[in-house]
Amino acid sequence: MMENRNFTVSIYTENNLGLLSRIASVFLKRHINIESITASKSEVDEVMRFTVIVKVSEDQVKKVIGQLEKQIEIIKAFYHTDEDLFSQETALYKVQPLMQDFSIQDFIKETNARIVKVSPDYFVIEKTGKRQETDDLYEKLKPYGLMQFVRSGTIAVSTTEMPITGILEKFNTTNQ
Amino acid sequence: MNLKKANFEEKVSAVPTEVSGAEAVVKCLLEEGVETIYGYPGGAIMPVYDKLFKYRDQLHHVLTRHEQGATHAAQGYARVTGKVGVAIATSGPGATNLLTGIADAHIDSTPMVCITGQVGSKLLGTDAFQEVDIVGMCTPVTKWNYQVTKASEIPEVLAKAFYIARSGRPGPVLVDITKDAQFENLEFSYQKCSGIRSYKPVPDVNLLQVERAACAIDEAKRPLIVFGQGVILGGAEELLKKVVEKSGIPASWTILGLSALPTDHPLNVGMVGMHGNYAPNLLTNECDVLIAIGMRFDDRVTGKLESYAKQAKVIHFEIDPSEINKNVIADIPVLGDVKQTLQLLLELLKPNRHDTWHNRFKELYEVEYEKVIRNHLHSTKRELKMGEVIDEINACSHGDAVVISDVGQHQMMTCRYARFNSTRSNLTSGGLGTMGFALPAAIGAKMGDPSREVVALIGDGGFQMTIQELATIFQTGAAVKIVVLNNGFLGMVRQWQQLFFDKRYASTEMVNPDFTSIAKGYHLKTNKVSDRTSLRGAVQEMMASKEPYFLEVMVEKEENVFPMVPTGASVSEIRLE
Repeated sequence: MMENRNFTVSIYTENNLGLLSRIASVFLKRHINIESITASKSEVDEVMRFTVIVKVSEDQVKKVIGQLEKQIEIIKAFYHTDEDLFSQETALYKVQPLMQDFSIQDFIKETNARIVKVSPDYFVIEKTGKRQETDDLYEKLKPYGLMQFVRSGTIAVSTTEMPITGILEKFNTTNQ
Repeated sequence: MNLKKANFEEKVSAVPTEVSGAEAVVKCLLEEGVETIYGYPGGAIMPVYDKLFKYRDQLHHVLTRHEQGATHAAQGYARVTGKVGVAIATSGPGATNLLTGIADAHIDSTPMVCITGQVGSKLLGTDAFQEVDIVGMCTPVTKWNYQVTKASEIPEVLAKAFYIARSGRPGPVLVDITKDAQFENLEFSYQKCSGIRSYKPVPDVNLLQVERAACAIDEAKRPLIVFGQGVILGGAEELLKKVVEKSGIPASWTILGLSALPTDHPLNVGMVGMHGNYAPNLLTNECDVLIAIGMRFDDRVTGKLESYAKQAKVIHFEIDPSEINKNVIADIPVLGDVKQTLQLLLELLKPNRHDTWHNRFKELYEVEYEKVIRNHLHSTKRELKMGEVIDEINACSHGDAVVISDVGQHQMMTCRYARFNSTRSNLTSGGLGTMGFALPAAIGAKMGDPSREVVALIGDGGFQMTIQELATIFQTGAAVKIVVLNNGFLGMVRQWQQLFFDKRYASTEMVNPDFTSIAKGYHLKTNKVSDRTSLRGAVQEMMASKEPYFLEVMVEKEENVFPMVPTGASVSEIRLE
């Protein structure tokens, strides 16, 4: 058995209704838990990009890629390990105003977090970075009274090329 | 960058005319050359049915008695003709009743377009009467699906639906159309779809891979071919035969590959898999090159994967890239349409013979004959065997009939013993194992090719799952021959209970109604036999009938299907008893 590890699956799709459900069903059918998922526009006009993090074996992720690419409205899917990516997550921390003491302000600065909203009742800290970094800040802020915490899914760009434009142009030249 | 997402052929239909969405649906079907559709009306699809009435001289709608029957009939039609089968139903329960047939078509790669009515778009999400999220429900079992909420979308969506259903590896597509979109008007013009940018139905052939395959085949001492339905779907039956004959390689088949190569071809060595033939199963683990053509290494074919053909170099001819290395690692994957790749292979192969190796198959066939086949076909016991009935049908059909089986013991017996001269003649629910498939599928098959004899062999269990379709047979006069092999048991489950659950027959014994009375109630000609002396005459009478005919045969209650590769066992552990 191959060892389970984190893989980042990047899926380029048409921007159509129901695709999220179709993508999720490919993972569900194989009893794979999605650790995080994000959807956004991509570098290509009218093409969506889903970024899915799963913890599986390489053998499994290869098969999942095959099943994903088989879906009609998925243009191409790629998988990468952490080493082949630059990835980030963004976390928001809503904290109580009594936290406005200087020691906190210090470690906010140290961790490259930012205060993005200040009001009499609360303020909001934003931190972008690796999972471990946002987790560390979470632990530090928790004793001071964390009112809300939310974190985005991982977004990642690969070090190697993802040749979507080429695939789409090939369709147009071969199907004139 | 300005990229078109799909391509459509130059316009073929006349000047745009204003029609309702419902009429557009019917006109799209006609543009796609659809002649027969299967369905069941209801509230949310009534506008379309109203237009089906208007076009009734051009498009034949068959009213089945359950929506599941409509899907299986559409599948039967598709499997016999190679065209896209069409099923239509209303929203809610009408749509959910399609799901089994859709799942069946998905796993068996059958081209089918299902059209469902949906509640009005303003009511979506309100839990309206007969509202279900059918698009969400059928997503995992469709090749593509789409919900139409505007009439103007209908021509393009249906053009894509037909293109997707039939191209590449075929499959089912569902188009859900809200009731308001059926009433709304649109300017109708139709262009067939010829490509979708995110979908590549047929992968490019890599000639180098074909050359590597040809080399490996030429060098092989003990090669074995296993072909599947891909050969039929790709229309490559003649090419397969030429490859087999030129290379002299013994050819075995999966359940859905059956009939692609004539049964009596000297190099046809039978079925692989759980209840397949002894020789091809055993020798799978002795061959040096395994040539898989249009098949997907289903678990019922491979048995225990860890000890499946480990000694062999595996060559896999396949149209669907996701099948490569899915279950069995291919040493030489050859992607592409088999019609292209087998043609290239044929040209490269050196003529060859493998007589000594082929003799091994013949010797093992003799072993299987003595231990199993003789008992199945020439029993001296009082009770009738399923195999004898099938053999009598062979004697009448001379291998020219379309033979449809349901699911269970009789299905395995049918695939083992039915004889076929031509392709697209064996119809059965392979991947999903859907009991109740055969009766409605037979209706579709007969309508797909009325010139052919269509015989459905069905167990007493499966028969009662779609028995209501006898009414469809009576109403349409579809001259199918129905044979119920009645052993009073859910036989396959009972066999497993006997072998693996210490004979605890939990809920497998059936107290059955009088089937011939039921068939008579549907005004069918009927007969019932339970002894050997009257079997031949009864089968002959049935086969000679120009009308639909129902024959019940009482068979041995506790007959078992052998050979058998028990679940989790290796193909070389195949049991003869």
